[in-house]
Amino acid sequence: MAAELHVELVAADRSVWSGEATLVIARTTSGDIGVMPGHQPLLGVLESGPVTIRTTDGGSVVAAVHGGFISFADDKLSLLAEVAELADEIDVQRAERALDRAKSEADAAAERRAAVRLRAVTGVH
Amino acid sequence: MGAQLRVYKRRIKSVSATKKITKAMEMIAASRIVKAQRQVAASTPYASELTRAVTAVATGSNTKHPLTTEAENPVRAAVLLVTSDRGLAGGYSSNAIKAADKLTERLRAEGKEVVHYIVGRKGVSYYAFRERPVVDAWTGFTDSPTYADAKKVADPLIQAVLTDTAKGGVDELHIVFTEFVSMMTQNPVEKRLLPLSLEATEEESETAKDKILPLFDFEPSAEGVLDALLPRYVESRVYNALLQAAASEHAARRRAMKSATDNAEELIKSLKRLANAARQADITQEISEIVGGASALADATAGSDR
Repeated sequence: MAAELHVELVAADRSVWSGEATLVIARTTSGDIGVMPGHQPLLGVLESGPVTIRTTDGGSVVAAVHGGFISFADDKLSLLAEVAELADEIDVQRAERALDRAKSEADAAAERRAAVRLRAVTGVH
Repeated sequence: MGAQLRVYKRRIKSVSATKKITKAMEMIAASRIVKAQRQVAASTPYASELTRAVTAVATGSNTKHPLTTEAENPVRAAVLLVTSDRGLAGGYSSNAIKAADKLTERLRAEGKEVVHYIVGRKGVSYYAFRERPVVDAWTGFTDSPTYADAKKVADPLIQAVLTDTAKGGVDELHIVFTEFVSMMTQNPVEKRLLPLSLEATEEESETAKDKILPLFDFEPSAEGVLDALLPRYVESRVYNALLQAAASEHAARRRAMKSATDNAEELIKSLKRLANAARQADITQEISEIVGGASALADATAGSDR
């Protein structure tokens, strides 16, 4: 059996995704980090950004997280975020509209959130 | 129809209308309890993971952080009281207020100054009527709180804790809310959120007990992680308290409305009996009047025959 790690992606008000994975890539405050099975126990602060999860069946799940934490121990990885959305759930047009609106209103936080959403969908990291 | 009977009929009608309203409120509350319970359950994974992470940092590092270390002689404590926006929920709000009063007394006896933060219109009006100072109050979301609401409430609290005590900050943070035990039982409870007591967090994460926590690698640093983690921890605790309070509120309202409906039914029953008696009395009187009239008439005709 190939080594795998159990991933729980939870937002404040719901569990977004959970399953087995071989690699998780997330962006912490000190740079991108890739976690594979057997990694040293880790607790990090996440930046707003896309998180990529390579599942055991070869697929990959991309989610946009807006701040939060990554915690890994005993081949169990949890991604905690106040707001987390899977790429499939994100409405591209709505995110684009939100980005335009945020740009015109010079709302930096909203602009960042919208940009993160779009990056997660388009896969540009 | 007699005057008495008419009065009874009118009262029966008004009580029936009230009963319909209370019955409807009971059913609405019952359906909302389920929704509120689901929300509590949905927020549990985040809360438990966060608690696990906080426990890991607090035990796995010897970092001193204002949010985890106890002040040597605490002078000020903040109390967050969660009540409801609307009434008609039995003793729900007043029980929570009483629990907060008791806590305030205890803290004062320990020589701490107590500052109040309030959620819910009932609590706000209670304090306003007694002219007690309130630092901050929030209303309008006790029915179904969202995470954004919890954030709004938690932010000033975290700020107050981080502020130096000499400059008006607080040393301790307590929260009073109504814990949802079951449909029939809801208890007002008071919990100390900050400074973090490790026994309490370990108790909550049962998994932490039976195994030694691994040595964590902190990214970027233990202090940095704590800085980011503890506000989230407070937020998630406040969110959980708000959700439980909402579920309790609906359960309390359902129970109150159920007994109101039962009472209305009882009242209608006794009023109906009185109305029937009054109707019977009317009929009896009418008969005796007719009989009396007929015999008087008969007497009169008999007299004229002679």
